[in-house]
Amino acid sequence: MPKPNLTWKPLKTDVLIVGGGTAGCFAAAALGKTPGLSVLIAEKANIERSGCLAAGVNALNAYITPGHTPDFYVDYCTRDADGIARRDLLTSMAGRLNAVTKTLEDWGLVILKDADGHYVTRGPRNIKINGENIKPLLARAATENANVKVLNHVNITDLMIRDGRVVGAYGFSVNEPVAYAISARAVFVATGGAAGLYRPNNPGFSRHKMWYPPFNTGAGYAMGIRAGAEMTTFEMRFIALRLKDTIAPTGTIAQGVGAAQVNGKGAPYEAAYGHTTSERLYGTVSENRAGRGPCVLATQGIGEDAEKDLYKAYLNMAPSQTLRWLESGRGPDTENVEIEGTEPYIVGGHTASGYWIDDGRRTTLPGLYAGGDVAGGAPQKYVTGALAEGEIAAETILEDLAHLDFAGEDETARPDYAAYLSRPAGLIDTEQLEEAMQKVMDEYAGGISRGYQYSGAELDIAARRIADLAKLSESLSASDMDDLLRIYELTDRLTVCPVLIAHLKARKETRWHSFAENADYPEKDPAYACYINSVTRDGKTAIIKRKLR
Amino acid sequence: MSIAINSKKCVGCGRCVEACPGNLIKMDGQGRAVQRHPRDCWGCTACLKACPAGAVDFFLGADIGGRGATLRLKRDKGLIHWQVARPDGTTRTVTIDPKDANRY
Repeated sequence: MPKPNLTWKPLKTDVLIVGGGTAGCFAAAALGKTPGLSVLIAEKANIERSGCLAAGVNALNAYITPGHTPDFYVDYCTRDADGIARRDLLTSMAGRLNAVTKTLEDWGLVILKDADGHYVTRGPRNIKINGENIKPLLARAATENANVKVLNHVNITDLMIRDGRVVGAYGFSVNEPVAYAISARAVFVATGGAAGLYRPNNPGFSRHKMWYPPFNTGAGYAMGIRAGAEMTTFEMRFIALRLKDTIAPTGTIAQGVGAAQVNGKGAPYEAAYGHTTSERLYGTVSENRAGRGPCVLATQGIGEDAEKDLYKAYLNMAPSQTLRWLESGRGPDTENVEIEGTEPYIVGGHTASGYWIDDGRRTTLPGLYAGGDVAGGAPQKYVTGALAEGEIAAETILEDLAHLDFAGEDETARPDYAAYLSRPAGLIDTEQLEEAMQKVMDEYAGGISRGYQYSGAELDIAARRIADLAKLSESLSASDMDDLLRIYELTDRLTVCPVLIAHLKARKETRWHSFAENADYPEKDPAYACYINSVTRDGKTAIIKRKLR
Repeated sequence: MSIAINSKKCVGCGRCVEACPGNLIKMDGQGRAVQRHPRDCWGCTACLKACPAGAVDFFLGADIGGRGATLRLKRDKGLIHWQVARPDGTTRTVTIDPKDANRY
């Protein structure tokens, strides 16, 4: 079959939003209120069901419940990260959590209320919802104003840079042989974080049955790394505690039903390890390693009514778990539900990895703004925090636009997509390289098979092997645009991995069990009460330690 | 973790192609939707929700406990009916009113 000929299409917009997920859609809705301002969302899939919220979400986990203040939330996030979080970012985010929740409700989100009309809480920071349709609601609101346009099925790969300033971005259609050079006065990057760096829980047929969207490949991090943006806290990996096999959420059972978490001997073990997110995960990993598995949520005997409600709750956000229960004929009333840790992800909405930004969500590259999972420093954003960041970034962009203008495009700087489409296929393909990358990261950079632990010597091997794989990826061949997408998804990950490895190596302590379990330095060290940041230039990652603020 | 598209029921509207967050479904030359990367399905069921013809079934791979049952979705009078059909012919339907919040 002849390979397609690529056509370049230049576009122009005041504000370009890269990624129409949670933060991107909310930023678009906010920017859309300014008449005459042109806003373009470039989205790899279709904003109707793209990103983290595709299947729905089971609760809003960042909400200031009655009797609490935003500071209570900031304190919780800071404590959970053992101090390595940005209080300035968390404070500006926390102050908006309830207002954005109200906006979601106005847009049609169903939130559970008591007889007096107050939201029903699920713990001190959470409220109960029906989040099945949350993404379509966001997508509709994002495009309510005619000045907001959407380019669906366009994968953005690189930032357009002129004189050190971000002046747009480059990408390609995943369906047609068309590449885009989009000039913009300001760019908001909201691509989400990175899944698929490590060998997953289910590496075979169900390899994409993972917690984080497998389609969030770290594209936003990768384009920033390539452009020399400062990144922070990549070493605070996120590893989720999930229901075994289906990797569905545990909170619905643990907090919702109040099921105890017990080991294979039937003994509760959480208190022995502590209650931060990483400690809860570490406890389960440790019990299993000590031969006291399987760890479960003790649901046996919850009753048929509770079981039925769980079937519904999971259908609204993780349907595979309900199918699993009904298919096996052994529901949670009959059988306890086993839990396990996932492979590590890099995701700034749960831990603190991402772009180093100021309080207005400006990155270190002029003209580039970041929010949601791709932005660092503010863990436990969840849905509402990502919305808040989208809104803050939109407001900052509106202020900054006064002194931001279009810059002409330098056509010689366009990425060479055609090279992949023109060369013949070799023996090494994208799929092989992805598997090889996940194997290296698993075995030498603290994956599931190593109990999340690594040593400096292992990280050195990981760095070398990932560099080899990155070199090999430059010779890959694409027969169509779909192949080109897979190549770039791999390239994104191979760009993120070395930065992650450099960060893991730089934090010579173990502050968060499992998330960054450094076998050479198994204790916490006060000398590392600092941010580990990095800037990558010409393929070399330089570490910068910054004081806590 | 994957889907099965019933080509006899597929009406060729392309809504599942549009909806898939992973760009995993394509139209074949005969105007039917086909899944190009079965192992890359996340299991979000966006395609089941988008399909107007009920042509998309969802199933679990054997590696995560699948035993050949399928999950289907039907909308009727504002309600969502999720039906699990087991290989032995038995079924179980769970109906959800989108106006109800999760109890948990």
